[in-house]
Amino acid sequence: MLARLRREFDIADLVLYLIGLGLLIAIVYGSIVTLSSGKYTTAQWLNFIIFGLAQGGIYALIALGYTMVYGILGMINFAHGEFFMMGSFGAFFTTAALAEMGFLERNPILSILLMMVVAMTVSAAVAVLSERIAYRPLRRAPRLVPLITAIGVSYFLQYTARGLFGSSVKAFPNIPALSGAVQLGPIAIQRSQIAVFVVVALMLLSLYFIVQRTKVGRAIRSVAEDKDAAALMGVDVDRTIALTFLIGGIMAGAAGVMYGIVFRQASFWMGFVPGLKAFTAAVLGGIGNIAGAVLGGISLGVVESIGPSLFLDGLGIAAPHQLKDAIAFTVLVLILIFRPTGLLGERLSKRA
Amino acid sequence: MKSDRPFTLVDAAKLGLYGGISAILISLVGMTAAFAKTAIIADLLTMAQVLIYGLAFMVGFVVVGRAARGSRGLALPAGALASAVTMLSLSLLALLIGAVNLRTIFTNATAELANLILPGETSGLAGALLLTGAGAAVGLVAWLLTFVPTRIRNGLFGGIAAVVLFGLMQDVLVPILPKSVDDFLFESKGLTWVGAVVVFVLFFILSYLYAMRSQVRISRLDKLPPQQRQIARFAFTLVALIILTLLPRILGPFLSEVANQVGFYIIMALGLNVVVGFAGMLDLGYVAFYAIGAYTMAVLTTPELPIMREILPQLTFWEALPFAVGAALLAGILLGIPVLKTRGDYLAIITLGFGEIIRLLVLSDALKPFLGGAQGITGVGRPKIDDFTATNPQQFYYLILVAIVVAWFITSRLKSSRLGRSWMAIREDEDVAAAMSINLVGYKLLAFATGATLAGLSGALFASKLGSMVPASFNVLVSINVLAVLIVGGMGSLPGAVVGAIVLIGLPELLREFNEFRWWVYGAVLVFMMLNKPEGLWPEATRVRELHEAEAEHTHVDDDASPTAPATA
Repeated sequence: MLARLRREFDIADLVLYLIGLGLLIAIVYGSIVTLSSGKYTTAQWLNFIIFGLAQGGIYALIALGYTMVYGILGMINFAHGEFFMMGSFGAFFTTAALAEMGFLERNPILSILLMMVVAMTVSAAVAVLSERIAYRPLRRAPRLVPLITAIGVSYFLQYTARGLFGSSVKAFPNIPALSGAVQLGPIAIQRSQIAVFVVVALMLLSLYFIVQRTKVGRAIRSVAEDKDAAALMGVDVDRTIALTFLIGGIMAGAAGVMYGIVFRQASFWMGFVPGLKAFTAAVLGGIGNIAGAVLGGISLGVVESIGPSLFLDGLGIAAPHQLKDAIAFTVLVLILIFRPTGLLGERLSKRA
Repeated sequence: MKSDRPFTLVDAAKLGLYGGISAILISLVGMTAAFAKTAIIADLLTMAQVLIYGLAFMVGFVVVGRAARGSRGLALPAGALASAVTMLSLSLLALLIGAVNLRTIFTNATAELANLILPGETSGLAGALLLTGAGAAVGLVAWLLTFVPTRIRNGLFGGIAAVVLFGLMQDVLVPILPKSVDDFLFESKGLTWVGAVVVFVLFFILSYLYAMRSQVRISRLDKLPPQQRQIARFAFTLVALIILTLLPRILGPFLSEVANQVGFYIIMALGLNVVVGFAGMLDLGYVAFYAIGAYTMAVLTTPELPIMREILPQLTFWEALPFAVGAALLAGILLGIPVLKTRGDYLAIITLGFGEIIRLLVLSDALKPFLGGAQGITGVGRPKIDDFTATNPQQFYYLILVAIVVAWFITSRLKSSRLGRSWMAIREDEDVAAAMSINLVGYKLLAFATGATLAGLSGALFASKLGSMVPASFNVLVSINVLAVLIVGGMGSLPGAVVGAIVLIGLPELLREFNEFRWWVYGAVLVFMMLNKPEGLWPEATRVRELHEAEAEHTHVDDDASPTAPATA
């Protein structure tokens, strides 16, 4: 035991663990300082958490696309954040048109449904097209080739959106049914956040049903397990992969609507950071694992939402909220270094 | 993988439709409208027309080629049909713009665009029919060209490309060329009629001759005895160096500025080449080291930032340079240790995460007293020798040139060393490399640190040249840019890095109309290169073999397939 420990232990590990320990001490110290100073009330903390949950739900929806594609192709689809962005634009143009007609005020539920349908269609179409044009010819290529292609697709889509829709930030119209808050005991929950919880829960349940209970889901799981064997069993591998992209796109489209409802804006660069964070979430939960993506997304959302106030503030760092994204990326880096299998990780493919 | 089903007119129409969708996308993204302002030949031809008709021609040309493989009789109708369908789709867009208001969604779908698409003064249905007919005519031309001998055809393409380039680069060329030549070639906007013809004929002859001689020349150089070959190579290097030394005088201030930009990217690309090309680690956070080099230089030499000045004395450029490079090296090692525990895709994402963390830290108010926050830092020190201070791009050029030569020397020596071969072994297969007793972490760390050092050098020069800097210069786009340079040039190849930087960084600066669409085109180019030419424009021989191995296994193509031929792009 000791001999094995000595053999596998090198200076790099030592440095790593020292860094990890340092960060841990800083986080604990910062949290203690903040909590003992009593700067924020309980209600404020609860609000942070609820906001984090809503944001985490959006991350989870995007993360599902990353994780499913990774599970089936072993490839990081860098462009997935752009599918989300396209969906958000679809939602924006639908709401704008509906608001202009006054339909949005009269039939809010139907309007939101319509937004969802349009956004999902747009995202799914972009996802399937990208797979067909850019990824399918590369099934046998060396590993870096699809990743670089995905980066190319990502830039292409981003700047296509910029060219098509203009470079300005589009502000979503106010949806009256979703503005304002509901008082629930001591805390006030935004209606838009409630909508996010409902939609995310519905999407996750239906995804679970599709993957676990239908023939399509079985095909997806079998292709993820072993492409060649699945093909021998009569599964159309190419079609199943396209379906995976379709489902991922649909989830990303739903996330686009939710993002529009909560943050009320759409822009051509909006896909990059949420995409990267959703990837973080997928890795955090254990990439390739669907339940992991959900857990990872929600944890990341909460950590990111309470982190700046909880430990950065306590460490005496000025303007801690500017470093919100830095927290997410630090989580990403730490997870990849210390536990690349993630929270719910199964075995990690040796190739990664 | 292609089926043996004969090529039919339906296939031709399908390809034409794809071409049409591309044309519509190009128009809606705004390229057509932007390029309509760029005249190639005065009052006759705009870049937008070159783009649209060129696309239709390409579709026709490809279709003619494919159809002719089946039956020769099908080639003409198929080509004409494909080009016509491309133009028809585009004219449908124009008609749609006229009928419905698309502007609420597509900002570029203006009536002006519809007028641009339809030829001449026509509008409505008549214009659409005319455009479709023009498409068919373009297809006919594509068909006719298949009867022309290859060498003449290449000459024609070369001539046309030269005319387009001359037209595009008018602003750049006019200050360089003598006044009499200018007046002869150019009007206020675009080439003159006569000028276009002269350029065309000149380059037609040149590319005709080139196609004839290039085969001979290469084989002749190979046949020389080794000693003479070395002399030839030495002479070539000498001539190149002399030209490079004189370059800023020829180029003038604006082009020297562009050359500087290209230079920064060449240094970075040579560095990233060690990481990605040699050792096979995809580093997407490379900009972090560039930023560290630049910030170290800025913080050490600026008279601002009182807090830093209390701790550290203000240094000159030359004193700060080793620190800047050293800081990047140190950062490379420090970030490298945790990062290198991961592999492949994870390594790419983790480096991307690091790059973003560095950028966010630099931007934040928390570190503003030390690093200047969002406003950045001004008053960065300039290189000074005795009483001479380099300030303008023409003077900086030499400094950058020296840095490039140093970077080139280091990386080329590393490549053929034992270290370089170990890196390549790691790139090919980590497990086998480890079995060959290559210390994976150590060697990877060395690659990472070498790359970081060169990025730091580039960053330090960049900060000093600009004299001031803002954190916005260090976003992830820089990393992607450098990576694109490597990919387009050819992964692992040193001349490739230079070619890639000239093509991707230099050309867009020269063709300012392109600048707005730079990233869009980049994305498309990355995808296109990965699908069709993953080895790049100036590849390494081994890389070509490796990437085309799979195809060769499947199709058993002859070994003289195109990838090894000199690239023309």
